[in-house]
Amino acid sequence: MAEVATEQQILDGLADIIDEIVGIDKSEVTPDKNFIDDLDIDSLSMVEIAVAAQDQFGVEIPDDELRNLKTVQDVINFVQKLQS
Amino acid sequence: MSTSQTRVVVTGLGATTPLGGDLPSTWSALLAGESGIRTLDWEGVEDLPVRFAATLKVQPDAVMPKQNLRRLDRNQAIALIAAREAWASAGFAAPTGGKGQKGMERPGVDGGFTVDGERLGVVLSSGIGGLHTALNSYDVYREKGWSRVSPFTVPMLMPNGASGHVGIEFGAMAGSHALVSACASSAEAVGYAIDMIRVGRADVVICGGTESCIHPLQMASFGSMRAMSTRNEEPARASRPYDKNRDGFVLGEGAAVMILESEEHARARGARVHGFASGAGYSGDAYDIVLPDPSGAGQAKAMQRALKDAGLEPTDLVHINAHATSTPAGDVAELASIKAGLGEEAARGLVVTATKSMTGHLLGGAGALESIFTLLALRDGVVPFVANLEDLDDEVDLDIVRDEPRKLADGPAAALNNSFGFGGHNVSVAFERAL
Repeated sequence: MAEVATEQQILDGLADIIDEIVGIDKSEVTPDKNFIDDLDIDSLSMVEIAVAAQDQFGVEIPDDELRNLKTVQDVINFVQKLQS
Repeated sequence: MSTSQTRVVVTGLGATTPLGGDLPSTWSALLAGESGIRTLDWEGVEDLPVRFAATLKVQPDAVMPKQNLRRLDRNQAIALIAAREAWASAGFAAPTGGKGQKGMERPGVDGGFTVDGERLGVVLSSGIGGLHTALNSYDVYREKGWSRVSPFTVPMLMPNGASGHVGIEFGAMAGSHALVSACASSAEAVGYAIDMIRVGRADVVICGGTESCIHPLQMASFGSMRAMSTRNEEPARASRPYDKNRDGFVLGEGAAVMILESEEHARARGARVHGFASGAGYSGDAYDIVLPDPSGAGQAKAMQRALKDAGLEPTDLVHINAHATSTPAGDVAELASIKAGLGEEAARGLVVTATKSMTGHLLGGAGALESIFTLLALRDGVVPFVANLEDLDDEVDLDIVRDEPRKLADGPAAALNNSFGFGGHNVSVAFERAL
């Protein structure tokens, strides 16, 4: 994705990835959700999701940053920051 | 029959095989003499010496969500499918031990018996492990680099992965094991499970085997050994144990799982008992890494030790499900071992079948699947026939079941399942009918 994505586009894209990888319904993926506590996603699946998100949004997510991305909103903010 | 030790009964059964997606469909197809062997439709298959195999009748994605399959090697997925069937058929409620796996169901029977996870064990073997995962992940690595390799690669390729997944799903905390001895692996798993119950480590054990390695590399590797049938024009007729024109084994895939239980535990909960898992015998050929000892001494000892372990006499046997893979040397050598191990009289008083004629050779899944077939033959009083047996080898002088299934007489009956593996691993498992 070359152009800068809107917050909604990032949310939709992320929800698609999460559905594809761990089978959580898209309606469950809202900005306030914590990946581990709310969505029950394990650490290895988070690695898969991060790699898929890098491909989809054209950004690099270093391992150090991945640890700080605890909620869906954290990912949206991170992607927007790098794209702008 | 042993009176001094705990007796072990079989109370649950499950399988997914080239003949069917569950055990009942597999067993009825087997009795009908159907073949699970099919032509492979891979790209580039024409470069392989063998272009057919016994592939699964029902694909895992027909019964399991794709998100689960992303983190399971094919051999692990089918082990879970077979284990779920066995668990349900034993009448067990949803597991309570442990916490299960994220995103995966933990099915059970409504109103079923709740198994104590501390008294539940798993012994589940694969001979090869996650071959598909290892090779596919290497392709990803070469094409896209290390960061695109799935973080689940290690647990998917390790040969104990199926045992681990089944242990987690069903909350088995008495111990989860994976014995590896090539084509004898899951016969050994059944034997180990019997011992776990006898020594008091567990009341209930989920045991069996799984294999899925029908990959071009495996076809090339076995092809390079000249071990497989090359009857490419007639796949369904390729596996033909004891036939004069047999020319090698046919690679198969599938999983088979039994629930073993102490008789006391099973009777107390009013479980359906399919029969007794009476004992197992083992030997090592100490001869060659792939060839069986031509004297058959090791195979004979495994059978003798199984009988001793089960407290049975050779004349108690009515049936043997032979290892018989449809190789020119192996099939008749095993018959000589049966005579040497049991004595001529007992050997001539039983009927022999070779179900790999229909299922192909499931390698690490074979011992458990054929153990189930042995048990069902006793339970239902009917032995499947050897498919494709058109022209009996002149060296065959035992009673081979051919042309149609053979009825067994009512009353007390025992049978052996033989499984032999590369490495010189000989395993024989004894079963008895429940009266």
